[in-house]
Amino acid sequence: MSYPGLIAETVSFQGHNGDKGEAYYARPTAPGKAPGVVLIHHLPGWDEWICEATRKLAHHGFSTIAPHLYFREGPGSPDDLGARVRAAGGVADEQVVGDSKAAAAWLRARPEVNGKVGVIGFCSGGRHAFLVCCRTTEFDAMVDCWGGNVVVDDPKALNAKRPVAPIDLADKINCPILGLFGNDDANPTADQVNRTEAVLKKLGKDYTFHRYDGAGHAFFNAARISYRPEQAADGWAKVFAFFHKHLG
Amino acid sequence: MCSYIVEKAKLVGSAKGPSGWMRVDTANVYYDHPFHAPLDHALGIDFICEADGGRERVAVELSRQSALDLIDAIKAALASGDAAHAQAPQECVTLAASQADVARLF
Repeated sequence: MSYPGLIAETVSFQGHNGDKGEAYYARPTAPGKAPGVVLIHHLPGWDEWICEATRKLAHHGFSTIAPHLYFREGPGSPDDLGARVRAAGGVADEQVVGDSKAAAAWLRARPEVNGKVGVIGFCSGGRHAFLVCCRTTEFDAMVDCWGGNVVVDDPKALNAKRPVAPIDLADKINCPILGLFGNDDANPTADQVNRTEAVLKKLGKDYTFHRYDGAGHAFFNAARISYRPEQAADGWAKVFAFFHKHLG
Repeated sequence: MCSYIVEKAKLVGSAKGPSGWMRVDTANVYYDHPFHAPLDHALGIDFICEADGGRERVAVELSRQSALDLIDAIKAALASGDAAHAQAPQECVTLAASQADVARLF
């Protein structure tokens, strides 16, 4: 079922440490309450495709908020803020967890949201989605879209901002997980996806992983040559079905 | 691949940014997902001035091959420039002499 009528707007929310930032919010206008989704953007930032993905989730019935994780670097265009964050070594995990929890609370305070909130992240946001569900019980379902560095093979990748590999916290996850991955991806590699799955299986977590041949990283993103229309269509359908099953 | 890996090069020079010409003292160089270029990965360079706060930048996102071609072009330009400018001291003397001649007229 689709919800072509929707409202999309930039909103204000209070993130980690009470910092006030902006977010993109899209919701179906159909009467009744809708499930909520927090969308965590990829490393390049809060860009046009992230807004498109937010509206796509609204089109399929989810009130979706995409917090601008780089708002503290502002004001400025999202690409310039992303460049500053990249040069500074990325955003701290602790801050992303705080911003994501705040975005979930923002959704639950909305009268049009049914009280259930999921989280989805792409690329570095996939790792963040995984991490957030290790660190908080705010979310009722989690989708990891090709999040790299969930498994960390090079200890040098751990630092003050990213002190722990998310896989080492996986025992804390208490919501169902959907993982979508391209078999040609370099980060995460197919082997790393296999190892992530092995840990989740050993821990008895509720997870479903889908691996796509002929796809690498970011295969949903129509703005990139990595876009794979058939795999993306199938992946999106799995995301919508998963969220509707667990969020209503 | 969302690596966060950034190489920094110290620079002396200027670049034309969103507010006009500015001095630059740093190039942040990375090979990762681009923001604008229709590529899976791109060589990105952000020319900034950290001494002035680094708020403005001049950015490029290049394909891997064109980045390598640019390196060759820079080296070629420097080499041919060095050869050409080997004559520069004499030209400078000539120019200085001309200026001195002009100055003497006033």
